[in-house]
Amino acid sequence: MGGNEVLAERARNWGRFARSDAARGWLLVSPTALYALLLLAAPLATVLAFSFWTQDFLDIDRTFTLNNYREALAEPLYRELILRSVLIAGAVTLATVVLAYPIAYFVSFHVRPERKSMWIFLITIPFWTSYLIRVFLWKVILGFNGVVNTSLQGLGLIEEPLSFILYNPNAVVITLAHAFAPFAILPIFVALEKIDRSLLEASRDLGESRITTFFRVTLPLSVPGVAAAVLIVFIPTVGDYVTPRLVGGPDGLMIANMIQTQFLRLNNAPMGATLSVLAMVTVGVISLVFLALLARWLRVKQ
Amino acid sequence: MKGRGLYVYALAYLIFLYAPIVLLPIFAFNDSTVIAFPLSGFTTQWFAEIPETPALIDSVQTSLVIAATTAILSTGLGICAARAGAKYDFPGKRPVLGFIMLPLVLPEIIVAVSLLVVLLGLGLSLSSWTVILGHTLICTPFCIAILNSAFGNLDPSLEEASFDLGETRFTTFRLVTLPLVMPGIISSLLIAFTISLDEFIIAFFLTGTEPTLPVYLWGQLRFPQKIPVVMALGTILVASSVLILAVAEYFRCRGIARTGGKDTGGFL
Repeated sequence: MGGNEVLAERARNWGRFARSDAARGWLLVSPTALYALLLLAAPLATVLAFSFWTQDFLDIDRTFTLNNYREALAEPLYRELILRSVLIAGAVTLATVVLAYPIAYFVSFHVRPERKSMWIFLITIPFWTSYLIRVFLWKVILGFNGVVNTSLQGLGLIEEPLSFILYNPNAVVITLAHAFAPFAILPIFVALEKIDRSLLEASRDLGESRITTFFRVTLPLSVPGVAAAVLIVFIPTVGDYVTPRLVGGPDGLMIANMIQTQFLRLNNAPMGATLSVLAMVTVGVISLVFLALLARWLRVKQ
Repeated sequence: MKGRGLYVYALAYLIFLYAPIVLLPIFAFNDSTVIAFPLSGFTTQWFAEIPETPALIDSVQTSLVIAATTAILSTGLGICAARAGAKYDFPGKRPVLGFIMLPLVLPEIIVAVSLLVVLLGLGLSLSSWTVILGHTLICTPFCIAILNSAFGNLDPSLEEASFDLGETRFTTFRLVTLPLVMPGIISSLLIAFTISLDEFIIAFFLTGTEPTLPVYLWGQLRFPQKIPVVMALGTILVASSVLILAVAEYFRCRGIARTGGKDTGGFL
């Protein structure tokens, strides 16, 4: 009996031993890590390599050159597409986060705890339905004979159908702001849920009004959620392909459309790779600058 | 007072969220090939045309096979990572897990393009398998996010009790851990399935001769006379997504109740 207990104790100690923990952890995580290494790191490295190569019809010339970057940065069309993608994604992010905040606040602070799940479920349902069909339906809503125009004409508010709401960047912003709504609501909601409610009571007890409490306590404490929402919306929208193609018209096309054209239509993989790298770098730099400014602002606040 | 104003705003916002979805059944049952108002009449003709379109049926089958395979692969990979993250501390844990989660914040077009370049470079021909590889990559982070809460809520004393009662590491996992996290696994499978079923851009780049359903739909959107059938199909898809998600949510809540944890809400 005693011997067994000692053995069991020893086995437990061995299990808690840091090195074996590390070994077990690495062993267990390795299939997933290996998969990500092979199918994410290696492909991204390949794209980077391609951006320094050139293609002559079907032959890839593997001599190192910066010509692709020179061409990409000199060509006004590419520059404009990258700039437009960033501006549209910025507008989408602003609209989505500003519209989402009150909803997250409402669900977190004004909905009874047992009904919160239901509200979150209601908000996420439209997000899980076919993205393609949703974007197409926005085309139906915003179109010449669409829902908006026919109802406004029916009400006698306008004579001619509005043309500024489809086949331009406005339409892309509206459609993407709809598509990414849950991505903004959920992180803000989680951040608001984490706020200790007694802090708000303390603020009220110390003589702050409801509104000043919101601006001085609730809003600053929810900043991490807002920051997460900004990045989660901004990064994928810069590279969106479907929405600009379906509702953007010629002036609403974005960088992803050009990347697709380079790869699948013009058969110029190196230029497609170069534009991909430039898009990634732009997104990365903007995200890092955003995070740095945020960190600085938070430090100043403290 | 303030709560009332927010409530009205919340309802208005829900109308905005549901606006496109509500139109779907309206046009699916509308007796006209023109997708615009005013409506002309009621018909179920578009639903009847679905089974008579072989290309559509094929693409649905391709998508279902891809989605099911993706769900199993990404949930398997997700279990490894979530379990390792919840149970063990090892050097480099945060960077490794962060790297695995990277596809969440990478534009999908980049993932699609980079995989395409590599697969073509290796001389592999595009097929359903190449789509599965891409989908597994982007679904795994979602699976990990769901499974993290399942493994995180697990009380370690239950496993220790099992060891003390003489079970081995493997039998403990099978008899104690697995049943406790099973609801999380099921909801992870369903989420990965749903994401894969709906994913367009990676499938668009990596699909071979057999298009997935979104790729097929993309082609159909160019032909106005085909659109009512797409609407009918969309209606069916919406109804089934809602059903799948309701089931997933049910299992997730039950899992939380089973491990005695607190509901932290939502899939993310």
